[in-house]
Amino acid sequence: MSNHSEPLLCVSDLVVEFDTPAGPARAVDGMALTVHPHELLCIVGESGSGKSVTMLATMGLLPATARITAGQIRYKNRELSSLPAGEMRRLRGRELAMIFQDPMTSLNPTIRIGKQVGEIITLHEPKASKADVKRRVIDLLSQVNIPRPEYRYSAFPHQFSGGMRQRAMIAMAMAHAPALLIADEPTTALDVTIQAQILEVLRQMRERTGSAMVLITHDLGVVAETADRVVVMYSGRAMETGTVQEIFHDPQHPYTIGLLAGLLDMSGTGKTAYTIPGQPPALTRRPSGCPFHPRCALHQGRDICRTTTPVLADSPSGRAACHFANETAAWAAEKFPHIRRGPSGRASQ
Amino acid sequence: MSAGQPGATAGNVLSVENLKIVYKMPRRGRSKQESLTAVNGVSLSVPRGQTVGLVGESGCGKTTLVRAILRLEVASEGRIVLDGEDITGLSNRQMRRRRPKVQVVFQDPYSSLDPRMTVHEIVAEPLRVHRRYSAHRVDELLDSVGVNPDVGKRRAATFSGGQQQRIAIARALALRPQLLILDEPVSALDVSIRAQVVNVLAQLQRELALSYLFIAHDLSVVHHMSQHVAVMYFGKIVESGTCEQIFGSPQHPYTKLLLSSIPVPDPDGREARRAVSHGEMPDPMRPPAGCAFRRRCPYAQEVCGAQAPPLEEHGDSGHLAACWVAGGAH
Repeated sequence: MSNHSEPLLCVSDLVVEFDTPAGPARAVDGMALTVHPHELLCIVGESGSGKSVTMLATMGLLPATARITAGQIRYKNRELSSLPAGEMRRLRGRELAMIFQDPMTSLNPTIRIGKQVGEIITLHEPKASKADVKRRVIDLLSQVNIPRPEYRYSAFPHQFSGGMRQRAMIAMAMAHAPALLIADEPTTALDVTIQAQILEVLRQMRERTGSAMVLITHDLGVVAETADRVVVMYSGRAMETGTVQEIFHDPQHPYTIGLLAGLLDMSGTGKTAYTIPGQPPALTRRPSGCPFHPRCALHQGRDICRTTTPVLADSPSGRAACHFANETAAWAAEKFPHIRRGPSGRASQ
Repeated sequence: MSAGQPGATAGNVLSVENLKIVYKMPRRGRSKQESLTAVNGVSLSVPRGQTVGLVGESGCGKTTLVRAILRLEVASEGRIVLDGEDITGLSNRQMRRRRPKVQVVFQDPYSSLDPRMTVHEIVAEPLRVHRRYSAHRVDELLDSVGVNPDVGKRRAATFSGGQQQRIAIARALALRPQLLILDEPVSALDVSIRAQVVNVLAQLQRELALSYLFIAHDLSVVHHMSQHVAVMYFGKIVESGTCEQIFGSPQHPYTKLLLSSIPVPDPDGREARRAVSHGEMPDPMRPPAGCAFRRRCPYAQEVCGAQAPPLEEHGDSGHLAACWVAGGAH
């Protein structure tokens, strides 16, 4: 994707804190990311790394116990973190849309699918006629490949399978051709054949509307199949960013390398899989310096990792938040020779 | 599967033979009694000390099959043979003495561990029920799954998902089972933790000569763990064989679809891989005639709608598939 275009969304130095009985917990701690028009950015990270909270903050949908305590969220030329609620509401659903992991909890179980999808249209276009809204809803349902849309229009959510419900959510999110669609683990609850169908529907819909998309996932396979660019998050921060080719074939952060090395590939029945030692830190007990240093095999007790928090710009390429990003390539090549580096062709399956 | 091999039963810790589980649906008004066949004639065996992977999508009947093996569901037809003994018709009291032989680990450790109990008590509970409790044994079990026994006084809810799943595994091992049923044991865990739990399971199997029935929808984990694989669709086994046979030369179009749907963690060549099926599993209240997969199948022919295909050998020995067109032109 072109990096010359004006960014659509630019999050910088974002800090989000939650009130807890034990004091404030920083779910997001200095996060930065950029989304360009039309591109697909994947945010990868484990649960609790702050990926969802970052995007909820962008949508103005943080729960009441959370607040943004520092940083900027710029969308086009507007600062979203200080936008009045009324203006945010006009953006949401029209320019910014979001879909979630579990469509059953996002849909109202007592309202027919057609009416729920129609609400999104009338919310932003109160003058649209009933017949026009119905025609557009049926058109949207057929665009997301719901079979027999005229008939399904009057179905209730419980009469839909999980995959069909997610299609209905996509229809709602894409009703106004948003400039940015945020999808938070949209296929995690679905079976693998249905996941492939949903990812394909998202691709087709974006081709039609030109929407940019932020896809939150923990599945590196989904990242490789869909992303233009990737941000790897850990403990509330961006650890590494790059194009999908760079992340998979020239990873520069020890955490990214650990994730790739731990993939269970289809060649190694019974071999011991590589694992990153230890656990991600609790939000209230984040280590000093680099949050990854207690689990990092590269830092080897060097002081700077403990004392100074690295930022993306520190590394020569500007891609990895690591003091020793210049050492990772040689280290990874020696320790994990099975991670293929460089852009050579791959035998297709 | 080793069914059909000579002496198969002696070498199997579990064999399921032609198992059927039918639910009677509640009557509505004066309409006639409807029934739902969740498991429709499944045969499957687990050789001692080995892992059989069972894959299939939600609603295909895998969990009902597991519940029947644990005798939590009543078999409508067929037999379940555990450690050489038919347990299908045993009373609950008779079954209780056999329960130590087969134990289970579920997907979500958070809901399968009592949040009010300490870790020590959770692992001790099966030992107490069967009057085999010793504190030393509990510590030994926790140690074997990589949980420091010193944390025994803490409550399970204070642990991370990966640690909780290790505790659930320790509890399942307490009674020295021969067969461990793992029902999606790592699906709820994060990637970096998933590999840790997979390694613990592999190590325990080597040390304790355990047999695993490993249920998952994540095929890369199944491939990593299993020697044999069975693929289930709409209540039936549609293909089974060794791990190499299933992943190397799949015969059934559904197995092929499953394999091609796995996202590959390599961005190169992804456009060429893009092949998407249409449709979903049929409504179990209205089972289609013939092959249940035919409406999603790119190779379906007239015969597929007329008669359900039998599970037959295709290609290598022991490689079974239920498909009229398998091994043919496609």
